[in-house]
Amino acid sequence: MTLWAQIEPLLARVQKPARYIGCEDGLRVAPYSPDRVGWLLIYPDAYEIGLPNQGLQILYELLNERDDARAERAYAPWVDMEEQLRRRHLPLFSVDQHRPAREFDLLAFNLSAELIYTNVLNCLDLAGVPIHSAHRGPEDPLVVAGGHCTFNPEPMADFVDVFVIGDGEEAVGEITSVVHDWKMAARRGRPGSRGREGVLRNLARIPGVYVPSLYDVVYDGQDLAAVVPSYPDVPAQVEKRTIADLGAWPYPRRQLVPMTEVVHDRLNVEIFRGCTRGCRFCQAGMITRPVRERPVEQVRHMVRDGLRRTGYDEVSLTSLSSADYSGIGETVSGIINDPMCTGQVSVSLPSLRVDAFTVGIATEIQKVRRTGLTFAPEAGTWRLRQVINKLIREEDLYGAVESAFSQGWRRVKLYFLTGLPTETDEDTVAIAELARNCVAIGRQSVRSASVTASVGGFVPKPQTPFQWFGQNTLTELQRKISLLREATRGDRGVQLRWHDPKATLAEGLASRGDRRMGAVIEDVWRQGGTFQEWSEHFDLRLWEQAMARHGLSVESSVYRHRDRAEVLPWGHISAGLHQDFLWQDWRDALAESGLEDCRWTPCYDCGACTGYGIEHVVASAVPPAGGSQGTGQDLSRAGAVPVKLSPARARAGTS
Amino acid sequence: MRVRIRFAKAGKIRWTSHRDTARMWERAFRRIGLPLAYTGGFSPRPKVSFGLALPTGHESMAEYLDIELAAGASVDVAALPASLTAALPTGVDALAACAIGDREPSLQEDVTSCTWRLALGQGGDAERPASPAEVTTAVKELLGRPEAIITRQRKGRDVTEDVRPGIISLSLPQIAPEGPWIECELGTRPRGLRPVELLAVLGPQLGANRICRLHQWIERDGERREPLVLPPGAPDAPRVMERAS
Repeated sequence: MTLWAQIEPLLARVQKPARYIGCEDGLRVAPYSPDRVGWLLIYPDAYEIGLPNQGLQILYELLNERDDARAERAYAPWVDMEEQLRRRHLPLFSVDQHRPAREFDLLAFNLSAELIYTNVLNCLDLAGVPIHSAHRGPEDPLVVAGGHCTFNPEPMADFVDVFVIGDGEEAVGEITSVVHDWKMAARRGRPGSRGREGVLRNLARIPGVYVPSLYDVVYDGQDLAAVVPSYPDVPAQVEKRTIADLGAWPYPRRQLVPMTEVVHDRLNVEIFRGCTRGCRFCQAGMITRPVRERPVEQVRHMVRDGLRRTGYDEVSLTSLSSADYSGIGETVSGIINDPMCTGQVSVSLPSLRVDAFTVGIATEIQKVRRTGLTFAPEAGTWRLRQVINKLIREEDLYGAVESAFSQGWRRVKLYFLTGLPTETDEDTVAIAELARNCVAIGRQSVRSASVTASVGGFVPKPQTPFQWFGQNTLTELQRKISLLREATRGDRGVQLRWHDPKATLAEGLASRGDRRMGAVIEDVWRQGGTFQEWSEHFDLRLWEQAMARHGLSVESSVYRHRDRAEVLPWGHISAGLHQDFLWQDWRDALAESGLEDCRWTPCYDCGACTGYGIEHVVASAVPPAGGSQGTGQDLSRAGAVPVKLSPARARAGTS
Repeated sequence: MRVRIRFAKAGKIRWTSHRDTARMWERAFRRIGLPLAYTGGFSPRPKVSFGLALPTGHESMAEYLDIELAAGASVDVAALPASLTAALPTGVDALAACAIGDREPSLQEDVTSCTWRLALGQGGDAERPASPAEVTTAVKELLGRPEAIITRQRKGRDVTEDVRPGIISLSLPQIAPEGPWIECELGTRPRGLRPVELLAVLGPQLGANRICRLHQWIERDGERREPLVLPPGAPDAPRVMERAS
């Protein structure tokens, strides 16, 4: 059933109506059949933010390729559309075929940022599905969630039936099979042995799947004491899923090309997953280990084929640190010199390392439109960068900046965090100093050289060495921002940008909260707090009032330091990292001691490889050329390090 | 070589903007590997120029754009519409293409009026069809008026203007299964009269639930012609609509 006839008349009354039409190139949905398991993949933010999400697009394709499933997509309707829908009692709908959300067997949410949690509740409510798992009946769809935020699922545990921890490629197929059996049994009048709980019990047996309703949470006074399975067949510890070989998953094969402007509006090709730089603040780097590179030949094929199919003139080679890809030089020059690209294709590399080698690559790929280049030193002093294990020396940064400006860039953007462990005012103010020095270096080449210093408040994340660290208070972060504003005042070359510390606090609440945080999220949503990622909609008072109403203290939830003995809310979820390793890394951080990248040094036994019986998969035994990143590693020792060559090389270019 | 292309836009894709449409064309040109000429400088852009913007939500059987091919490129212009349509999203169809002279004025300068078809409904919502008798009365009344004043925003200020001279023709309603519709020709100079502005002067009781541009006209030396005439066998409106629905 399609709602298009009811939705179309609303489009004249909302902003950006193209958000709701679908029509993307590459859109391909398996035919409707009651025998197929219907997935509605929902990105709970605006279309232009959600559409480019690669994880969602990968699962969309995989599911539609199966003969027992079909998938459509939905995004959070913007506030004006929500109002139109509610006024007419119309539900959340898919953009592919404009089907009502309740027509699907599973509503699967991508959780990639904590501040979108309230939008999940809003989407469920708009879909006509009870927001609490406990209130859902046999006729209601199963509510699934995946994405980085699920490494602490507890704040959303009241609302989500099934979490998928880690890579979703294999798990969605296994979930489909279980749900398919359940659906067929129900059709034959034998709705499993135990109805909805029966299917949840079966799903909980799939590795990487966490069903929160099958666990009891025990408190000791105000403290969390334990999260224990209610049944013997439910795992006490849920291990994340990891696909061993990225080369076996050349997805998306048909990236969706939207008809209207979205973020990252270009071809995106994932060149590797995982990162072992070991930046201690970085949750993505910790939870996606080990490194799994895509074979160079396959990357080349995906780029070529993707450009031809989409008509884009820009391709982004995505990963957590793209210049670390073994085949980066080869891959970039292959694209630039491809006659098919005729010099009109630009390549972008997100998450660049800070060194001259990186600038060299950037120079090669940006022959034209050389406007801005971004580096992320993250902290103002070498001491603090050792604490966070972002091992960039001043000379690395100045070298990179010097070569950037001398090669025609006019603007350099520097990313920093403030509120890091052990940070002193000296460290904070050093951000301004660093930026000023970069301007001075730039002025030697470009008179109008300018540097933007972008400062975000640090939120300690679960499953990282900083998970025990007490987040800086709102007042403290505000004070640090003022220090920086003072330090850059009247400086024409340095532009200071900062993230609202109030949003940092709310993010902290949702990041490391336990199951009791669900009531707060619900409260914020009930008070109208949707689209909290958007500064024009964000309202910290809603969060503070909700905390107070539910008797929770901000101090205890985010500001205090935690100790080794404490039961962490996400303790029963494992990213493969040994707690001993994380604790030792936390101690090393406080001792200002850095840790080299384990791709080219002996194993530290963090647990990510050994625990899953897999290894780093790199396409070349030769470490990337160029800077040492201040690690002191001699990366010219080509091939001296035992690394596993990608088995997928033989299959390169398969599609 | 300069080439003029006529295209249609219909169905769901009508909810995309003029800028969105421009990006669709740029991707289509790259997909078929059309050798376009590029501007010089730091940020080279393909030489593509679009005609009058089509408001978001309106359909059209008569949109135009001009492209310039790279020097020395040889392109089978007659085969272009078919290959472009295959590379364009559903709902955007290339209908015709033709080489034009280097001195041909740009579409923006040249087009003097457009013919529109408006399916009418009741009130601003236009969710129910309008009554034909009501439309007839409103059309006759408007045609009989010496002037038609509307308030427009210009540079942030309200200005009142007489748009009556911009109404070149206006038909009595015809009846289709989904309700009455009218056809009108609206001038583009000195300032184009938009179909929704025509509706505003027709009366607040009327709204449009579907607006389609049928023609664009160039009037020169007392003669009126289309920027590009559809060749025999070019897809007509019903076929385009079918493809887009």
